[in-house]
Amino acid sequence: MSIKSILEVKNLHAGFGTTEVVKGVSLSAQYHTVTAIIGPSGCGKSTFIRCLNRLHEETSGAFANGEVWLENTDIYAKNVDPVSIRRKVGMVFQKPNAFPSMSIFDNVVAGLRLAGVKRHSILKEIVEQSLISAALWHEVKDKLNAPGTSLSGGQQQRLCIARALAVEPTVLLMDEPTSALDPISTAKIEELMTELRKKVTIIIVTHNMQQAARISDQTAFFLSGELIEFGETSQVFTAPKMDQTERYITGRFG
Amino acid sequence: MERHFDTSLRELKEQLVTMAGLVEKAIEEATQGLQSANVERFENVFDLEKKINQCHISVDSACLKLLALQQPLAADLRLIFAIIKINTDLERMGDQAVNIARNAEEYIKAAPLKPLVDLPIMFQEVRQMVGITLDSFVKNNEPLAREVLKRDDRVDALKNKIFKDVLEHLKTHSAQVEQGLTLILIARNLERIGDHATNIAEDVIFALKGEDVRHSTQVSTIKSALK
Repeated sequence: MSIKSILEVKNLHAGFGTTEVVKGVSLSAQYHTVTAIIGPSGCGKSTFIRCLNRLHEETSGAFANGEVWLENTDIYAKNVDPVSIRRKVGMVFQKPNAFPSMSIFDNVVAGLRLAGVKRHSILKEIVEQSLISAALWHEVKDKLNAPGTSLSGGQQQRLCIARALAVEPTVLLMDEPTSALDPISTAKIEELMTELRKKVTIIIVTHNMQQAARISDQTAFFLSGELIEFGETSQVFTAPKMDQTERYITGRFG
Repeated sequence: MERHFDTSLRELKEQLVTMAGLVEKAIEEATQGLQSANVERFENVFDLEKKINQCHISVDSACLKLLALQQPLAADLRLIFAIIKINTDLERMGDQAVNIARNAEEYIKAAPLKPLVDLPIMFQEVRQMVGITLDSFVKNNEPLAREVLKRDDRVDALKNKIFKDVLEHLKTHSAQVEQGLTLILIARNLERIGDHATNIAEDVIFALKGEDVRHSTQVSTIKSALK
């Protein structure tokens, strides 16, 4: 019996205008796993994950065809509201993007307020839980009203993770979440991902091979918009099946 | 585009090949010393072993450095992983050459048990096995490595034959027990060298193909038992 996937992508094509960036990718992720997506710049990995919460279509001229099943919903089906999908599929970006005019507290609950949650006691509880889950609580609990942007880069990134977690997503997309961070902040986020996977399924785009190797259960290698290899991380990084994967991860490309 | 790392890997391989050359020479000197009853050749074995030990340390340290600084993956990682293990096997082969030399020194002090027949065949078989193994490593040649795996059975069979013949002989020549035991020990030392050569061949296959061929009969037995 096969284990049911939380996320299943079938023959996804995406791009901008007449340019196809993602060329018929199919892959799936099981519950509570970390999937790393690796590949050279411009291979379509960011576009791919932006399709997983329908963020890609926000760019003008963008198109996406294919099926993306989140549990029992095809998120590209006609009657589906993209906003509800983005609540279930959270996203953390490369550069920490704490809302500059908001306090730490308000940053965390920004999504909840948009969803109409108003009661302070509930918001307070969720702020604490989300910050604990993002391993930031102990550093900020005494200054929740300070501006989010007063935190260090690594802390701001964890604040963004807390903000994403506050709406209780089932999937968390991370687009190079540590590429702008120092090794200590990176290590904290990596440690955090290992904890978070108990609650959410993580899809991470990373340029750092060692990071992909350390934190993920499965790895997908993209090249020129195509999925070249997809397998268990331990296999991909010790004995990749495809020659192109081998060349890329050993730095022999080009 | 050649990477700087490729130069480091090539240097590491060269270091290991130099060490392997010393090991081959040590085996050669030990076995020839016995066949020609020439004690001086055993001295060469002892000198070679000291050099092998130095190589053992420097190969390990080069591997550790590359692992830490280059954080290799895929074929690079498999190669360094294999070299670390091959390094250990080569060092032990050097030890076995010393054991052969020591045992042979004892053996040639007294009158020979009987003319050596199977042992020279075994010498040749093991030397060839070691030669092919190292060739497979130097040339990245998987079929050669697989050839070594087949040859191990021949060495084992020769060892068993020597054990049996010596035991048979001792039944009627009990005064030669010490001599007989020494021959048995030498056959065992040679068999061990063959085992190390087999390990190296398995590591070469792993480095080249990512396939773990060790204990293959055992693994298939376990798999079929689990079905």
